[in-house]
Amino acid sequence: MLRAEEVAVRYNGTPALSGISFEVATGERIAVVGPNGAGKSTLFKVIAGILPTTAGEVQVAGHAPGGHICIAYLPQRSEVDWRFPVTVSDVVMMGRYGQLGFLKRPGREDRKRVHEALRVVGMEALARRQIAELSGGQQQRMFIARALAQEAELILMDEPLSGLDLPAQEQIMAILETLREQRVTVIVATHDLNLAAEHFDRLLLLKGRLIGIGKPQEVLTPEHLAAAYGGQLRLVETAEGTFVLQDTCCGGGH
Amino acid sequence: MATLIEWVVAPLRYPFMVRGLLAAVMVGIVCATVGTYMVLRGMAFFGDALAHAILPGVAMGYLVSGGARDPIFWWALGTGVLTALGIGAVGKGAQVKEDTAIGIIFSGMFALGIAIISTMRSYAVDLAHFLFGNVLGVSQGDLWLTAAFGAVVLVTVLALYKEFLVLSFDSVLAATLRLPAEFLRYLLLILVALTIVVSLQTVGVALMVAMLTTPAATAYLLTRRMAPMMGLAAAIGAFSGVAGLYISYYASVASGAAIVLVATALFLLTLLLAPGRGVLWRWFRDRRT
Repeated sequence: MLRAEEVAVRYNGTPALSGISFEVATGERIAVVGPNGAGKSTLFKVIAGILPTTAGEVQVAGHAPGGHICIAYLPQRSEVDWRFPVTVSDVVMMGRYGQLGFLKRPGREDRKRVHEALRVVGMEALARRQIAELSGGQQQRMFIARALAQEAELILMDEPLSGLDLPAQEQIMAILETLREQRVTVIVATHDLNLAAEHFDRLLLLKGRLIGIGKPQEVLTPEHLAAAYGGQLRLVETAEGTFVLQDTCCGGGH
Repeated sequence: MATLIEWVVAPLRYPFMVRGLLAAVMVGIVCATVGTYMVLRGMAFFGDALAHAILPGVAMGYLVSGGARDPIFWWALGTGVLTALGIGAVGKGAQVKEDTAIGIIFSGMFALGIAIISTMRSYAVDLAHFLFGNVLGVSQGDLWLTAAFGAVVLVTVLALYKEFLVLSFDSVLAATLRLPAEFLRYLLLILVALTIVVSLQTVGVALMVAMLTTPAATAYLLTRRMAPMMGLAAAIGAFSGVAGLYISYYASVASGAAIVLVATALFLLTLLLAPGRGVLWRWFRDRRT
């Protein structure tokens, strides 16, 4: 589904990413983890085809990402103007605009797709709500519905679970599980290592470069974590196994 | 009743009042429609800057033509579009922050405009017209230009409604849907420039930003969806134009100022009384709980 080869990105001369190579199979769920400023968002923008690489190339389904409308990039909730005068179904309908083309208005087929997408995320009843009236979990589910309406085959989610309570997090993980059956590939950026290890097929540990990719236990080794986090991270050995304690107090924030 | 009708009809006996009313209605509608995007995208400062930056163009047109209207319009149009594109490009790899850069360009161009106008003999009167508008001096030709370019702006905004909506709500989505986001962004800046130029004679440079933002901001407080917000903003803009002109006629107040004051009063009333969101409404709700 996705192949990155020696991808490098520089911002104003300083390298943000370098030498990133990996492949993702269709239907896989990958968590991209790493400290703040590791280049998670940059990697996502490159994959989505909205930021050019300085070197190397990314291919989605065999082509450069810039030509696809099957890639959905879900914004961080903090980057959205929630007082914008649109309803839930308005936002989900926006996913259809790529297929619609200029001067065309949404038709019956589009409305059906929107309705179906809202059903999948369990938000049919909220279709006419103004987006300011949604809870954090509902906001995130609305964006997943928009990706479904877009008929996305690859969904990129930037910190979808941060700031959500546990039930809301679990609800979203359950929705992602149903997407697996539809062969939708999901890549999630998160700073929560425990959650990533628990719910994802493979992890991609990033810090400007690729430190490790593979099954959680292969990636979350003490050497890898030290390379990515330096002193910000503590590994605590207990009877039930190793726990990761993260010091995120002084990050850049979102 | 008869006196009320008389009150409404009396000014219409003057052709200049009829032309002024038509211009005010058109300007109110076009400004508020484009202004909806400006309010949602936080472009009020850009609008104010662009309106002021058009002044040297107006002044040059005036100087070159000796006061004829048409050349002034075209000079203003050229300056407006060029400045819009220039300001649009600022902030990409600039040495200073975007709003600083806009502030510098805008005040510099405004000063240049004043400098050019100050070389003319009828300096004070002319400057006042450009700054504050002179809707009662609208000619038949002005009316046609306003109608033509206003229609271009409205048709473009309506035709690209969903594209501008996505661009304003989530520009990353616009990019991943492979919409021409950069083109749309510049197109919107050009539409703002066109709107300002067609409105120049009605409200003038200094009060332009009020016509662009106040009706749209009022509508924002009253609606929860984009299309009704746009329609309501247009209605408020048109009403402000008409009501302002009547007040101007009966109270002998400058027309541009009267129009803007009506729009401002409507905004303040809405802020106070809007159902669900108004200050009074909240006060009652908080007291009950």
